[in-house]
Amino acid sequence: MSTIALNTSSAVGKAAAGNAEAPVRIAVRNLNFYYGDFRSLKDINLDFYDRQVTALIGPSGCGKSTLLRTFNRIYSLYPEQRADGEILLDGQNVLSPSIDVNELRARVGMVFQKPTPFPMSIYDNIAFGIKLYEKLPKSELDGRVEEALRKAALWDEAKDKLRQSGMSLSGGQQQRLCIARTIAQRPEVILLDEPTSALDPISTGKIEELIEQLRSEFTIVIVTHNMQQAARISQFTAFMYLGELVEFGPTTKMFMNPAKKQTQDYITGRFG
Amino acid sequence: MVALSHERLVSSADAPARRSSPPSFDALFRLASLASALLVLIVLLGIIGSMIYGGMPAFREFGLGFITSSVWNVNEDQYGAWVAIVGTLTTALIALVIGVPLSLGIAIFLTQLCPPWLKRPVATTIELLAAVPSIIYGMWGLFVFAPLFANYVQIPVSNIVEGMPIIGTILYARTPSGVGILTAGIILAIMIIPFIASIARDILDQIPSVLRESAYGIGCTTWEVVRNVLLPQAGVSIIGAVMLGLGRALGETMAVTFVVGNANRLSGSLFDPGSTIASRIANEFNEAIGLQLNALMALGCILFLVTFAVLVLARLLVSRVKVG
Repeated sequence: MSTIALNTSSAVGKAAAGNAEAPVRIAVRNLNFYYGDFRSLKDINLDFYDRQVTALIGPSGCGKSTLLRTFNRIYSLYPEQRADGEILLDGQNVLSPSIDVNELRARVGMVFQKPTPFPMSIYDNIAFGIKLYEKLPKSELDGRVEEALRKAALWDEAKDKLRQSGMSLSGGQQQRLCIARTIAQRPEVILLDEPTSALDPISTGKIEELIEQLRSEFTIVIVTHNMQQAARISQFTAFMYLGELVEFGPTTKMFMNPAKKQTQDYITGRFG
Repeated sequence: MVALSHERLVSSADAPARRSSPPSFDALFRLASLASALLVLIVLLGIIGSMIYGGMPAFREFGLGFITSSVWNVNEDQYGAWVAIVGTLTTALIALVIGVPLSLGIAIFLTQLCPPWLKRPVATTIELLAAVPSIIYGMWGLFVFAPLFANYVQIPVSNIVEGMPIIGTILYARTPSGVGILTAGIILAIMIIPFIASIARDILDQIPSVLRESAYGIGCTTWEVVRNVLLPQAGVSIIGAVMLGLGRALGETMAVTFVVGNANRLSGSLFDPGSTIASRIANEFNEAIGLQLNALMALGCILFLVTFAVLVLARLLVSRVKVG
């Protein structure tokens, strides 16, 4: 674990410094989350800045994935889960019952721990999501699919087999397909829930490069267990523990000079 | 540590004593389990063999005409299976047309939409449906369902469609008695629903929830998730489940014999009585002698062949998914 701590401090330099001048895209206010009677998020207040990568870190069960899953209300698939408080996306509370969740999910895209290609061709995996919300002529749709695949750095590998099943790709390619599928809908925010935890180091590297490029267009929130990854790719880091936000700040500061001892201990591998 | 090694010593001292049972026992045991496994195979082969042997005279007498002829005349000893084959396939097809959408609806409701408190009651009811003996379905179908069906479906529908092209033939009841091919199909549908629904439910349950979440995650409605992601993902396994239901519908005897009408007539109308292979055998076996008995055996062979083919196909389709 101590080697990780060493590497993280050198890796921090590579990520661009956090830009706190950027406008706030998502503002979380007094957010509480419940699994049945169990309160798993406690009064979270946190801002996510426009076109910045924010990493959520913390030991398993700290609530970082739960927090991520509130932004597109995917938790509402499960009747026993509920959230109260406010999550303001461009000033609009996404937890309000008047929000159309399907539209919200097109605006706030999500990529999961494991690659989840749909049982259809590579082309359709991407076109399917676009067609849900936009009626486009074939030629324009083709363009959008190509654009998404290019942005996800998958075009060169996939262009000759667009009609093949999404399952025919390797794990890393499948995950990039899922990212392509998400960005094809032109969301404002992309949520990444441990997107590389099922991938080998080379695929992980490609995904990390991709995240770095996507930052110019999208606001990105990533949950990760990998401290080096957080240091490499994020501009802001939030450290959570037992459902509470312990510390939030620019990644450089969080890794070099955290304000709280708990953060320091976690980052240097003393617990978690 | 001392206690542990002591125990180990004791058990190793015990071991030779336990090994004193004769070594031939193991061989005997192996032989016994092999025999039980072989017994099933022998019984199956025996059944097939005796069916073919019993049916041979009919096949020899009528040749291919046994399958294509629609004459079944006991007095003149002329037998053809066509009416029964068509009846079997038609009733099974009707059962699938009605039963499959309902079963999928049940499976989708239970796995995707059902509030947790309702899950158990609905699932249990479906399973109870499978536990109802087929004779009960037959009795209920004949004494309760058929009269209602005659009064509220056959008569009104016949009045409406009379004289219309095609549909005026298919849905016209010359004698609205309530029994017939369509009634048998409906009863069969009720009987196969629990099978298809519970297998389809298991298949849908096995789909990882993260796939479902990612479909919702791009903004799909529940219908779009089910239609475009879950059902294609379940794909071939669902067809396997349907095939298992089909196998049951083809061979079902008791309930069908009650409600199919048992007429050896090829009719264009689904409201008319007909027969299936199984119902024909059940009706005539008691008094059959000579060539009639051979013809029934031959019918049995055909039914066996058809259901066996369906089952093999079902197994292939289901196993292909498990591998992939």
